[in-house]
Amino acid sequence: PLWCDKVLLRASRRVEIAYFSHSQITRLYSRFHSLDKGENGALSREDFQRIPELAINPLGDRIINAFFPEGEDQVNFRGFMRTLAHFRPVEDNEKSKGHDASEPLNSRNNKLLFAFRLYDLDRDDKISRDELLQVLRMMVGVNISDEQLGSIADRTIQEADTNGDMSISFSEFIKVLEKVDVEQKMSIRFLH
Amino acid sequence: MFLKFPLSYPLRFLSGLITSVLFHEQDWDTEEELNKVKDDGSMEKEIGELRRSRPKRPDGGDFTLSDVFYFSRKGLESIVEDEVTQRFSSEELVSWNLLTRTNNNFHYVSLRLTVLWGLGVVIRYCILAPLRITLAAIGISWLVIGTTVVGLLPSSRVKNWLSELVHLMCYRICARGLSATVHYHNKQNRPRKGGICVANHTSPIDVVILANDGCYAMVGQVHGGLMGVIQRSMVKSCPHIWFERSEMKDRHLVTQRLRDHVNDKTKLPILIFPEGTCINNTSVMMFKKGSFEIGGTIYPVAIKYDPQFGDAFWNSAKYNMVSYLLRMMTSWAIVCNVWYLPAMTQMEGEDAVQFANRVKSAIARQGGLVDLSWDGGLKRDKVKNTFKELEQKKYSSMVVGDDSSD
Repeated sequence: PLWCDKVLLRASRRVEIAYFSHSQITRLYSRFHSLDKGENGALSREDFQRIPELAINPLGDRIINAFFPEGEDQVNFRGFMRTLAHFRPVEDNEKSKGHDASEPLNSRNNKLLFAFRLYDLDRDDKISRDELLQVLRMMVGVNISDEQLGSIADRTIQEADTNGDMSISFSEFIKVLEKVDVEQKMSIRFLH
Repeated sequence: MFLKFPLSYPLRFLSGLITSVLFHEQDWDTEEELNKVKDDGSMEKEIGELRRSRPKRPDGGDFTLSDVFYFSRKGLESIVEDEVTQRFSSEELVSWNLLTRTNNNFHYVSLRLTVLWGLGVVIRYCILAPLRITLAAIGISWLVIGTTVVGLLPSSRVKNWLSELVHLMCYRICARGLSATVHYHNKQNRPRKGGICVANHTSPIDVVILANDGCYAMVGQVHGGLMGVIQRSMVKSCPHIWFERSEMKDRHLVTQRLRDHVNDKTKLPILIFPEGTCINNTSVMMFKKGSFEIGGTIYPVAIKYDPQFGDAFWNSAKYNMVSYLLRMMTSWAIVCNVWYLPAMTQMEGEDAVQFANRVKSAIARQGGLVDLSWDGGLKRDKVKNTFKELEQKKYSSMVVGDDSSD
């Protein structure tokens, strides 16, 4: 039963307590539990795909992938919360007690890193033309031809690439998006 | 005429009293109705805002690296809370109603509450449940015996009248067996012979609730065991429509049988639940168009249960029928409202799907339920790929702009 897992819950709160309130964590755990059909304390990719609104999202698979560390097939509640913490609104940081000097998970930079990793399929910290094409293809489906998609990819890389290596590094990525309101667009409201 | 069970009234009063005491005790987070976590921005609006800092291109289309922000935000929002999966499990209550089963966030509040809860358990399990089980047993046996006896009579008006009498009696006994308190609204719109009654589906108990106030021809699959016995005897006294499992696959056959029944104006109105599966009574999901192609007059009915007294939703993945019925009989009571809505017929130029959606909206509005277009079948099946393709198409038009030749 749900209340037996309170012990687990308390253990999980150590890192994430800076990001979520007690009631938010309880609610997220409730959600985690309802998604966990196998009842083994961890979510698999199939558990996420059971959410219809996520299954019809063109980038659904990439988003699901963001929850799973390299090479793993299961994500526990702590990992679940860590990924969600990226989307916490930035202004709430005044209330939280930052317990160390490192950047909070929901900083502008970390939000941009989340988006960067959606493109960076092989996790080599560069977005190559090929990777960009693959992600574009996911987003547009069959509705745009290869040639047109290719020229869009070329144009995008050309605009962003400053060191001429025909791929987009993270700093180039940040530069291109410096005028975008990342804090607002990559945040969701967690109910209190 | 039918068994009035006088004890149930004071017990219901008592349970109401206990529930009202709780409002002083409860300490839970009083959240409002789960407000939508999402912002309602359409794809065009959101991505347009993301692209605000760039110069507009002549053909209106564009791709930017920030376009993924829209999809990732929507994706994360649906992971935190989505409209569909929450409908297949019991509704969360704002304040606890002294049933352990609705106690999702257990923490000890006070001795008084625990004592009340303990008292509640004793009352529910040791007093209410045995009485209700007895009543239900009486009700079902009377149904089987009564309908078989009536079935021996030759077809005549007397037979029909007796059959209605037997059915009503049995369903009323069964309703008492669940301590069901039903308020029927707008009785003038009650379904008539030769029509089709459609309602939102929360549990098998819906049938008992509706049949308490009128006689319907049931539609369903042939079962074995006790259900089969009940089905066979019911059919003796008045025509119901039971399908073999193999027949259910043939849609034309199903539609034809239903149409034949509806066209015979002496036969009772058919009762159908177009959602096709049980939903948790917070929303109405897609109505399957089959019932709306038959061509009869549709009598929509909205059923809304009050969750404070008991959770009527049947989560068939979690509980089988017997444990579900036991849970029903150990709740405080089943309190619900039934609204009969004015009859609807298919309009000129409206196809079955649009008609179904129109009826669904009317029911949702009356019952205060959320009107969803998602298919109730998503409880078990994966969502169809066509929806994803629609999203991709929508996004593509934003990338290539308006005057594309692709």
